[in-house]
Amino acid sequence: MVGVNSTIEIAGLKLRNPVMLAAGVLGVTGFSLKRVAEAGAGAIVTKSIGIKPRDGYPNPTITETNCGLLNAMGLPNPGVEDFECELKIAKEGGVSVIASIFGASKEEFAYVGSVMEEAGADAIELNVSCPHTEVVALGQSPDLTSDVVETVKKGVDIPVFVKLTPNVTDIVLVAKSAERAGADAITCINTLRAMAVDVETGKPILANKVGGLSGPAIKPVAVRCVFEISKEVNIPVIGCGGITYWQDAVEFLLAGASAIQIGTAIAFRGLSVFKEITDGIQEYLSKKGYRNLKEIVGLSHKF
Amino acid sequence: MPFNRSNHSKFLNPPILHDKLRIVKIKEIKSETPTIKSFTFVDEKCTETSPGQYVMVWIPGIDEIPMSLLRELNKNLMIAVKSIGGASAALHELKKGDVLGIRGPYGHGFTSITGNIMIVGGGIGIAPLVPLTKNLANPPTKITFILGATTHEELLFLDKIRMELSKNDGRIIVATEDGSFGFKGLATDPIEQLLKKQKFDMIFTCGPEKMMKKMFQLAEQYKTPIQASLERIMRCSIGLCGSCMIGKFRVCKDGPVFSSEQLREVKNEFGTFKRDFSGIKVKI
Ligand SMILES: Cc1cc2nc3c(=O)[nH]c(=O)nc-3n(C[C@H](O)[C@H](O)[C@H](O)COP(=O)(O)OP(=O)(O)OC[C@H]3O[C@@H](n4cnc5c(N)ncnc54)[C@H](O)[C@@H]3O)c2cc1C
Ligand SMILES: Cc1cc2nc3c(=O)[nH]c(=O)nc-3n(C[C@H](O)[C@H](O)[C@H](O)COP(=O)(O)O)c2cc1C
Ligand code: FES
Repeated sequence: MVGVNSTIEIAGLKLRNPVMLAAGVLGVTGFSLKRVAEAGAGAIVTKSIGIKPRDGYPNPTITETNCGLLNAMGLPNPGVEDFECELKIAKEGGVSVIASIFGASKEEFAYVGSVMEEAGADAIELNVSCPHTEVVALGQSPDLTSDVVETVKKGVDIPVFVKLTPNVTDIVLVAKSAERAGADAITCINTLRAMAVDVETGKPILANKVGGLSGPAIKPVAVRCVFEISKEVNIPVIGCGGITYWQDAVEFLLAGASAIQIGTAIAFRGLSVFKEITDGIQEYLSKKGYRNLKEIVGLSHKF
Repeated sequence: MPFNRSNHSKFLNPPILHDKLRIVKIKEIKSETPTIKSFTFVDEKCTETSPGQYVMVWIPGIDEIPMSLLRELNKNLMIAVKSIGGASAALHELKKGDVLGIRGPYGHGFTSITGNIMIVGGGIGIAPLVPLTKNLANPPTKITFILGATTHEELLFLDKIRMELSKNDGRIIVATEDGSFGFKGLATDPIEQLLKKQKFDMIFTCGPEKMMKKMFQLAEQYKTPIQASLERIMRCSIGLCGSCMIGKFRVCKDGPVFSSEQLREVKNEFGTFKRDFSGIKVKI
């Protein structure tokens, strides 16, 4: 596909392709992140890391539904001190490494962010949107979100992305508030609060009872969020939620995403999904006569 | 397999794993050793399981843990559970007629081969080696099975293995740590002598990781290929969450059975450290 340029720049990061790994998926160890980079991802996002180690919830932490996956991992992570060496290994993958972080307060966010910057992260993604832990409900409030963004921004020089939850009345309000506070990009969406009950035993299946829904079921919600937000903000939007085939990725780009992230599809389609989606996007651009990925970002807005 | 871009029906139908939790009734419970009980149930989806694959077993309201599957007669399936703590102890409390949740089968199991085979199992690690033996025990394959346990009472499935090996005059060597049966010592002790004397086409092993590491080293030394079934913390079991990593591999999906080539790639981790529930490294 001569002449088609599918590289993209997001807040100063140059990505070889727009297909990123989503946070929390194969992101706990350096070698696992590196493998995803080697499989063709344009950038990799780490598991959300906090100030100290967390075991997460007991199993079941994941269960399949008819149309997607439900998970309530409970943010298991080794804590930021232990994660530094993993991040260094992840960097060997040769693509930008974005450190997803969470905290119980803005000070915790800021601290974890600055340790990540020192360890070599190329950007920070603030997880203010985990739908099923006590620590990250911040993203439901525009004010709390902007508070966190402002505090983290003060402490680091690398770009700061904010990952938003769809579990709000008006996601655009939160996005605008994050932009005003200095966010360099918006990632949307995190999982939707959801639940499954086993009919034989009458018991909730997830140990935490409530979890987050991901996969094909949430794609239309995510596309809508990307569409609405990208119309209202001037910073790049990274789309995430149910992307499984290249057509899904193109749909997000047309809706206004500058890049996309893949999570659940790895379970359905394996790690080759990164390369397949990148190739599909490129073929689409070439067939439609575009020379540059940027040309299709937000094309649907004009209708 | 390349994705067919013109295949729109595939695109329009969201992919699913068809892997929803199934509820099964416990048909039979048997004490196999003082610490190990077997549970029998039926699950249509697991009838085609290959040796070394496992299921995630939900003890409703308690926990969900990985267990190797054994195929029994009449489409019955069996898991052999060693009680070591929370969930496994809770499983031991269950009665015939109680229910479990099952999803799977998962993972990449043992790859069968014919020839002169050595199988080395320690403790509860013997469980997945039983269906493997069943698959392999046909002439001209010759099997030498080395079992290890702490004591005579803790030897698992000796009768099952004897029965399988009687079909093709295989050899059984038993080692117990206290010497109450067979050799006194570790399962790995008699093995170097065997490797010195005979050429084996494949070694299969499952058991404590230290034992498997020793087996891997011996296999390398005697230029014999090996397949080892590893354990790491399993949560999703579908290759997504990253809890089960050893090096670049997901034990839940790329494993649990690994080949010599793969083990060489992770030799710094194998037998040295694993990760706890938070992802912090712990020594093995
Ligand atoms: C592929 C595979 C097949 C297995 N097959 C069998 C089998 O056939 N029979 C058998 O008795 N045991 C088997 N195990 C081990 C078994 O899963 C653990 O003994 C069991 O999970 C312990 O749970 P617990 O709550 O009783 O222990 P806990 O007291 O909670 O924990 C003790 C230790 O058990 C292990 N463990 C706990 N939860 C998990 C988990 N979700 N995933 C992996 N390890 C865990 C950890 O090493 C932990 O440190 C297998 C493990 C794997 C990975
Ligand atoms: C197992 C699992 C773990 C996740 N962990 C995190 C996490 O730690 N931090 C985060 O921001 N999002 C996390 N997510 C959400 C994903 O990053 C993503 O936003 C969501 O799954 C939707 O995308 P998908 O449909 O492509 O999976 C997790 C999702 C899954 C399935
Ligand atoms: S258990 Fe989740 S990736 Fe292996």
